[in-house]
Amino acid sequence: MSVRLRRFCTWVLALGLLFGSTSLFAVERELIGAGATFPQPLYSKMFDAYFQQNKIKVNYQGIGSGGGINQLTKKTVDFGGTDAFMTAKELQAAGAAVLHIPTCLGAVVVIYNLPGNPKLNLTQDIVADIFLGKINKWSDPRIAAANPKAKLPGLPISVVHRADGSGTTYIFSEYLSKVSNEWKEKIGTGKSLNWPAGQIGQKGNPGVAGYVRQTPGAVGYVELLYALQNKMAFGKIRNKAGVFIEPTRTSVSAAADVKIPDDTNVSLTDTDAKDGYPISSLTWLIFYKEQSYGGRSKAKAESLAKLLHWMVTDGQKFAEPLQYSPLSKQAVLKSLKVIKSMTYGGVPLLK
Amino acid sequence: MTEMCSVNGIGMQDINEKTETADMTAKNTMDKSEQRFGKVLLLAAVFVVVLLLAILATLVAASIPAIKAFGLTFFWGTTWDAAAEKFGALPFLAGTLITSFLATLICIPFSIAISIFLGEYFKEGVFSAFLRSSVEVLAGIPSVIYGLWGLFLLMPIMRAIEMYLGVTPHGVGLLTSALILAIMIIPFSASIGREVITLVPGDLKEAAFSLGATRFEVIRNVIIPYARSGIIAGILLSLGRAIGETMAVTMLIGNSNFIPTGIFDPSNTMASVIANEFAEATGITAASLIYVALVLFLVTTVVNIVGTYVIKKVALEASKEVT
Amino acid sequence: MKDHTTARMIKDKVFRATVILLACFSMLPLLLILYFITRNGIAVINWEFLSQLPRPIGEDGGGVFNAIVGTAILIILSSILSIPFGITTGIYLSEKSDGKIAHIVRLCVVVLQGTPSIVIGIVAYLWVVAPFHSFSAISGGVALSIMMLPVIIKATEETLKLMPYHLKEASLALGVPYHKTILKVILPTGINGILTGILLSLARITGETAPLLFTAFGNQFMNWNLFKPIDSLPYRIFYYAMSPYPEWHAFAWGASFMLVAVVLGFNLIARGVAAKWKVQF
Repeated sequence: MSVRLRRFCTWVLALGLLFGSTSLFAVERELIGAGATFPQPLYSKMFDAYFQQNKIKVNYQGIGSGGGINQLTKKTVDFGGTDAFMTAKELQAAGAAVLHIPTCLGAVVVIYNLPGNPKLNLTQDIVADIFLGKINKWSDPRIAAANPKAKLPGLPISVVHRADGSGTTYIFSEYLSKVSNEWKEKIGTGKSLNWPAGQIGQKGNPGVAGYVRQTPGAVGYVELLYALQNKMAFGKIRNKAGVFIEPTRTSVSAAADVKIPDDTNVSLTDTDAKDGYPISSLTWLIFYKEQSYGGRSKAKAESLAKLLHWMVTDGQKFAEPLQYSPLSKQAVLKSLKVIKSMTYGGVPLLK
Repeated sequence: MTEMCSVNGIGMQDINEKTETADMTAKNTMDKSEQRFGKVLLLAAVFVVVLLLAILATLVAASIPAIKAFGLTFFWGTTWDAAAEKFGALPFLAGTLITSFLATLICIPFSIAISIFLGEYFKEGVFSAFLRSSVEVLAGIPSVIYGLWGLFLLMPIMRAIEMYLGVTPHGVGLLTSALILAIMIIPFSASIGREVITLVPGDLKEAAFSLGATRFEVIRNVIIPYARSGIIAGILLSLGRAIGETMAVTMLIGNSNFIPTGIFDPSNTMASVIANEFAEATGITAASLIYVALVLFLVTTVVNIVGTYVIKKVALEASKEVT
Repeated sequence: MKDHTTARMIKDKVFRATVILLACFSMLPLLLILYFITRNGIAVINWEFLSQLPRPIGEDGGGVFNAIVGTAILIILSSILSIPFGITTGIYLSEKSDGKIAHIVRLCVVVLQGTPSIVIGIVAYLWVVAPFHSFSAISGGVALSIMMLPVIIKATEETLKLMPYHLKEASLALGVPYHKTILKVILPTGINGILTGILLSLARITGETAPLLFTAFGNQFMNWNLFKPIDSLPYRIFYYAMSPYPEWHAFAWGASFMLVAVVLGFNLIARGVAAKWKVQF
């Protein structure tokens, strides 16, 4: 064998070994998640802190809840994030048992861009009709009637919704289906909807917030934190009890004061609570119950279980500073129970 | 052994040593390595063909569920509803056609002006060098940066125009996307146009000038008729680019899955709907999006083959006339 | 008679003015784009921006180091995948230029060149991401290398065709075997033209975003593992541009500035190489 060829082969081998070894040792040190953008600010903070503590990289990409569910089903990610509990059909498509754990509570707020950033009171009908395209000017008498003190410009309303399959859309449309018959019949509930024509679509919570922030007269719906971080105006929504409720941590927690079932599948929209914000929701992480699929190492499965455990316990302290409501004691207990049911080759991962 | 060495481009001396010791086998090995060399070349070339066929086959195979479910009705179905699993691609076909044709229309006067400017008026000099390198720079800026720029400069301008006209001031939509597309394809079609115009034989122009024609008349009656098919091919190739352009359009089109009713309406192109929805698409939705990708691939392929063929023909004719 | 001439002269002048005006007017967007990128971009670029990782959403500071490294890895990866194939195919086309296969290959190159990048992204997802169950740098590299291939093939073919025929004849007359003539004489002589082609193809892919959406995917951490998702400058720009945060918009401009600098750098070097060795495309 000629010298050069041998040298070349050595190089190739060395490179191969280098990459091979990094991949061998790096596997347990890196987890990949994707999905909902609703809790993404919290997750990015949590995972940053988790990396500082444990040197484990958790790469989370906000591609929308629909994307999270799909990529988990295709097994390209270790866990998914979604604000909508997986449907029976999606669970079936997943092929094996998928578990949900809630990580925090948030509120979907109606944001708008109007001169002077007035705080508007919005009734259920006004919200539904704006997004149905039936109210198309800010100076509409019905908005004016609910807000006698506000100065409303004659701007046309530019409605923006999510272009990607979104859990935020699911929460919002589930709420509207509960309060408006017309919405229920025409549009319905889902992660991707057949929206009325002539509306703008944007990707992710950041996309919607970014567009509304830039466009006078625009209206959209995002998680509370996106509105707060960008100092954008958002409305008080009238709840079932007839009170206009400001979305805050407290009003979200008030709405969440319900019994949580074992699989944690619970809807909080249109709450009965008198001081509860009507468009509140849990957001979930999803993952396979049996972790030994597709040649995954046990170390990886363990590091996932540990991460999930941390997120519903120690990690909860990051929720409040970002205006998400932490899980209730009851929700934490149920989540821990779910995490403990994770197995690797039939053996529980955590005790 | 020797064959491997030569294929890997290893020095002459290795071979020379061998030929001295094994003079008889040398010729044999040489022939063999010759054959190997030819085979490697052929293999690489065939690989390109296989690659393209594999792309086509992958797209077809992955879109079969959608082709079976919707067949040709896909092309005139107007509903794109993932929840009801009803898919028709007409809104995206319309969005793609409107944005790319509009962009091409806007692009034509500018690109022809640049081609004439560089190909006829100022063939050399500082000014022409500046314009030419500017065109090159413009061609090199990535699509996503055009999108970014469009979001922060074009969008407010468009919104102001829409406010003035009294339409809903989305800021994004068909016209905004068409404008950014036009800016993106001008350099491309201009550089093809310039090349075609410089191909016009000098003696033809000289003859016209010597008859007393003004430069405008020479351009109108000699250059343009002569270069017409080349210019059209350049425009066709630019159209092909506009059809497949993704990022800038995704950022500026407004992502609405309906057939647009006005020039300011939000819409979606074939490329932008894929960029928006492919990550979360499952089952029949994914197959439908890949069906869209297949159509996009076929359309751009046809446009490109026709454009390239015409340009080659023009160049060939020019070279014939010179000789 | 005189009036007629004047009219013709005026027409000529008017036309000339229109052409110059339109040509200059079309420079306006370019100047604006460059102005925006430079003004907004330079303001953000400092050592922290170049050397730090992104901070969590809504927190100040941080940088795009991971994206810079990711783009570099993707460039190297796609070069490794595409250059050998591209050059070999180019040699084939220049040597067997009239063969039937050559015609088919040339047609395929044209089609590949015109294939929309998003379509290539989908194909790379179906080929690499879906079967291996992971978004990865490799899948991004595969997508980008498919985009580089036609440019390299064309450049190699054109360059080798320009090589004077007597060079080949002289070598063959000395008894140098054919394949050695190509590899040792023709290829080294044309290496600069080929290099130009490679640089141009790199300029083409460095800023590509669409094929990376479903392949390289993005990663807020530093990643050296080729089998894991990886960040890149164009992906960061897209992500930041669509966000509502002004600091991130600023970052998008900063990243754009770097990206444009890299792309133009490739273009300039390519032109330098081409000018020095008088290769024409």
